[in-house]
Amino acid sequence: MPPGFSSADFYYLLPELVVTAGALLVMAADLLMPGRSAPAPGRDEPGPADRVLLAVTLAVLAGAGLSLLTAAGGHTTIARGLFAIDGFALFFKVLFLGSAAVTVLMSPRYLRVEGVRPGEYYFLVLTATLGMMVMAGAIDLITIFIGLETMAISFYVLAGFIRPSRRSNEAAVKYFVLGAFSLGLLLYGMSLLYGLAGTTHLRTIATTLAAEDAGPMLLLAVILLVAGLGFKIAAVPFHMWAPDVYEGAPTPITGFLSVGSKAASFAMLLRIFVEGLPAFQAEGLGEFFGEPIGWRAFFYILSILSMTAGNIAALTQNNIKRMLAYSSIAHAGYVLIGVVAGPPLGVDAALVYLMAYAFMQLGAFAIVTMLRARDVIGDDIRDLTGLAASRPGAAVAMLVFMLSLGGLPPTAGFMAKLWIFGAAIEAGYVGLAVIGVLNSAISLYYYVRVVVVMWVRTGERTPALTVSPALAAAVVVALAGTLLFGLYPGPLFDLAAASSAALGRAGL
Amino acid sequence: MLSLILFTPLAGALLLLFVGRDRPNAIRWVATLVAGLDFLLAVPLWFQYEPGGAAWQLVERGPWIPAIGAEYHLGVDGFSALLILLTTLMGAIAVLSSWAAITERVREYYVFMLVLQTGMLGAFMALDFLLFFLFWEVMLVPMYFLIGIWGGGRRLYSAIKFFIYTLAGSVVMLLGILALYFHHQSVTGVSTFDVTVYHAMAVPADLQRWVFLAFFLGFAVKVPLFPFHTWLPDAHTDAPTAGSVILAAVLLKMGTYGFIRFSLPILPDASRAFVPLMVALSIVGIVYGALVALAQTDWKRLVAYSSVSHMGMVMLGMFALTPVGLTGSIIQQINHGISTGALFLIVGIVYERRHTRDIAEYGGLSKVMPVFAAIFLIMTMSSIGLPALNGFIGELLILQGVFVVNPWWAAAGAAGIVLGAAYMLWLYQRTMFGKIENPANSGLRDLSAREVLTFAPLVALAFWIGLYPAPFIDRLESSVERVMARVQPDYSPVARTPVPPPVQPGGGR
Repeated sequence: MPPGFSSADFYYLLPELVVTAGALLVMAADLLMPGRSAPAPGRDEPGPADRVLLAVTLAVLAGAGLSLLTAAGGHTTIARGLFAIDGFALFFKVLFLGSAAVTVLMSPRYLRVEGVRPGEYYFLVLTATLGMMVMAGAIDLITIFIGLETMAISFYVLAGFIRPSRRSNEAAVKYFVLGAFSLGLLLYGMSLLYGLAGTTHLRTIATTLAAEDAGPMLLLAVILLVAGLGFKIAAVPFHMWAPDVYEGAPTPITGFLSVGSKAASFAMLLRIFVEGLPAFQAEGLGEFFGEPIGWRAFFYILSILSMTAGNIAALTQNNIKRMLAYSSIAHAGYVLIGVVAGPPLGVDAALVYLMAYAFMQLGAFAIVTMLRARDVIGDDIRDLTGLAASRPGAAVAMLVFMLSLGGLPPTAGFMAKLWIFGAAIEAGYVGLAVIGVLNSAISLYYYVRVVVVMWVRTGERTPALTVSPALAAAVVVALAGTLLFGLYPGPLFDLAAASSAALGRAGL
Repeated sequence: MLSLILFTPLAGALLLLFVGRDRPNAIRWVATLVAGLDFLLAVPLWFQYEPGGAAWQLVERGPWIPAIGAEYHLGVDGFSALLILLTTLMGAIAVLSSWAAITERVREYYVFMLVLQTGMLGAFMALDFLLFFLFWEVMLVPMYFLIGIWGGGRRLYSAIKFFIYTLAGSVVMLLGILALYFHHQSVTGVSTFDVTVYHAMAVPADLQRWVFLAFFLGFAVKVPLFPFHTWLPDAHTDAPTAGSVILAAVLLKMGTYGFIRFSLPILPDASRAFVPLMVALSIVGIVYGALVALAQTDWKRLVAYSSVSHMGMVMLGMFALTPVGLTGSIIQQINHGISTGALFLIVGIVYERRHTRDIAEYGGLSKVMPVFAAIFLIMTMSSIGLPALNGFIGELLILQGVFVVNPWWAAAGAAGIVLGAAYMLWLYQRTMFGKIENPANSGLRDLSAREVLTFAPLVALAFWIGLYPAPFIDRLESSVERVMARVQPDYSPVARTPVPPPVQPGGGR
C-alpha cells in the first residue's frame, strides 16, 4: 500500500476502481473474442461480439453506479487529501455514469453502419468516464489535471474513431491541437496558482491566498484558468473547435462530449473557483473603471458572449450536429449564469441545469444517431423531414428534447432555466437574467425549425430510421428523465441543493 | 372537481392515440364526446360557485415541488369560473366545427386541440404562479402546430410569429414572477408561488414598476394590445377555423385574465401609475384596429382586426380602475369570446364551401343561405353592441365605468364603437345583400344540422347576456370588489363621482 494510503481510501475509490478494472476487462474481452473482422457489408445488425462488449460495458457502468453507494452521504477526503468524497462529487459521478450508459446504448448500431470495429471504443468511453469522475472528486490541482488528461486523451481518440472518414479525422486533429493548447493554458494558470499559494491543494489555497496576496500574478493565473476552462466548456470566445469537432466525431461521442466533458469541466471549474478561490469571487483581482473585479466578472462576460453568439450562430445551421454544437455553446452560457450568481443558489442551479441538459442533449443525439443509415449521413436537418408521419414515437421524443433545450415547460429544460434565472435574480443579476431569457426565446426559433421539419413538412423523402432496441432504450431513458424532471423536479432540486452544499465545506 | 375538468381533455388526447389512424370518424366522435363531456363537467361550476362565498372556491391543493415552495393549487372565483365555462364551451364548439374541415392528419389535430384545452383550463384554474406559467407555456406548442400544419396562406410564417412573439413576452414575465418570488422570500422567509399570498403582499413601488413592465410584456402580447398586435392578424387569418375560434375566444383572454388576476391586485401602485400608458395604448388599439378593419378585403382578416379593436375596449374598461368598468371589461371578454368566436366560425362556413375569403367574391348570400344569414346578422349585431344582445351590456358598462374617470376616454371608446358598426355592417351588406353576381355562390348549401348546432349555444348566450345579464354580473361582484380593494382601496362610486360633467360631444351612444 502506498505510504499515507489506507484501506478506507480504496473503499471510497471503489467506483473509480470498478471503472478502471472494467475498462481493462472490456479491452481484454475485445482482444480475446472471435469475430473481430470488419462487419460484413450490408449487415447493420450488431454481431454477437458487439453485443457482448455492450453488455460488459453496461455491466461495468452499473457496477460502478452501485459502488457509488459507498460514498452516499459521505463527507470526507481520502488519499492524503487529494480526493473529496462528498455530495458534489457524487452528483457528478451519477451524471457521468448515466450519460456514459446512454452513450454506450447509442453506439453499437451506429458503429456497424459506419463500418468500424468497436475495438477500443468501449474501453475509451470507460476511460473518459474515469477521467471525468476523477475531475469531479479531485480537490488538488494535480489530481484534477490527471483526470482532465485522462478524459481529454480518450476523447481525442474517440473523435477520430471513424478512421475512413475525413471529417472524423479532421475533428480529431482539431480537437487534439486546440485541446492541447487549452491544457497548456490551464496548466500554466495552475502553476502560477501553485507559485502564489505554495500548494496545489484547493482547500489550502482557499485559506492561504487572502485578499492582500492579490496582484498581477493572481490576475494572470485567473485569466489563464478562465481561458483554459473556457475551451473545455466551449464558451465563447474559446469555442471555435466545438462545431467542427461535434460535426465530425461519431454521433454518440458528440453527445457524450457535449454532455459528459462539459459537465466534468464545469465540475472542475466549480472546484477550482468556488472551492479554491472563494475570496476572489467578487473582488481582489484589481479594479476596472473603479469597480473591484473578481473572477465572476470574467464568467459574466463569457456567459453573455456564449449565450448570444451561440444562439445566433445556431440560427443559420443546416447541419443538425453543428446546430446542436452551437446550442451547446449557448447552454454553457446559461450554466455560467449559475456560476456568476455563485453559491449557494447559483451552484445549485448549475447542477440542476447540467443534469437536465444531460438528458435532453443525449436524447437529441440519440435521435440523430438513428438517422444514420448506410446511405444517409443523417446529419442534415432535412433528413428529419416527415419523421412525424413515419416514426411518430421518435418524432414525439425529438419534439420533447427540442422544447426542453429551448426551455419550454413541462420539461426538465424549463425547470433548469427557471432555477438558473431565479438564481441570477436572487443574486441581483437581473440584466444577466434578461439577456438569458431573451436568448432562450431566440433559441426556440431554431429548435422549432427542427420541429417544423419533422411535423409540418411532408413529402419528398421519408427518413429511414435505424432503430435498435439499445438505441430505443437510450431514447426512452432520456425522454423519461426530461419529462419526469419537468413535471416533478422536486427530487432533482433537493439532490442538487444537498450536493452543492458540500462544495467548499472543509470536511477533513 | 377542477382537476377532473382540467385533465379530461388530456386523457381524451391520450385515448385518441389508441384509436386507429385510419378511422377518422371514430377519432372525430371520441374527440367530440370528450370535449362535450368536459363542457358538461364544467357546467356545475355555474351552480357550485357561490357569489357571496369564499374568495377562492373548489380549491384543490397538494405538494408539487416542495424544494421551491411550488404547489399544485387550483381554485376559482367568479371570473375564472366564467372563463372556464367559456373555454369548455368554445372547445366543444371548435371540435364540432372541425368535423368536415379537417381531413388530413385527423388524429394529430384532435390530440393538439385537446392538449391545448388542458393548457387553457390550467392557466385559468392555477392559483400557483409557477403552475400558471407552466400551463401558459403549454398552450403555445399545440397552437403552433394547429396553425402550422392545418392553416392556410403563409401558415408557417404566421405560426412561428405567433410562437416567438408570445414566447418572448412570456419569458420576460417569468422573470417578473421570479422577482416577486424572491422578494416575498427575502421579506418573509417563506418560499411560495401562491397567488393568493401575493394578493396580500406589499411590494415596494420601485419593484412594482419593473414587475408590472415584465408582466405587461407577457400579457399585452397575448391580448394583444397595440403595438404588440402584429402577430394576431397573421395568426388568425392563417389558422384553421377552429384555431381562430379558440385563439379569439379563449387565448386572447389569457392576456386580460393575467392583467386582472395578477397585475392589478399584486401591483396596485404600478397599475395606477401606468393608467395613462395603458389607456393610451387601448384607445389607439380601438381606433387603429377599427380603421384597419375597414380597409380589409379579406373577410377573416377583417374579423381579426376587429378583435384588436374589441380587445382594446376590454383593456380600456379594465384600466378605468372602477368597479363598473372592470365588470364591463370582464363581461365584454365573455362577449368577445362569443361573438368573435362565432364570426370566425361564420367565415369558416363560407370558406369551407368556396375556399376563398375575399369579400369581393361574395354577395347576395342571404338568398341562398337564409339560416346562415340570420345567424350572421345576430352575431354582427352582437359584435357592434346592439341593445338586447350581449355586446351592448359590456360596452355600456365599460363606457359607464370609463366616463366617470374621464369623459374623453369614453368618447374615444365610443368612436371605436361607431367605426365597429361601420365595418361590420358594411361587411354584412357586401356579403349578404344584393343580387348574386358570382355564379359560384348560387349553389351554396345552407347550414347543416351539425353547423346549426355549433352556433346554437352562442346565439342563445348572446341573447341571454343581452337580456338578463344579472346572473353573470352577480358572479363577478366579489372578484371585482377584491381587485378594486387592492388597486383602488379608496374608491367609492358615490364619493368619487363628480358632479355630472357637461355632456361631451360623442360621449354617449
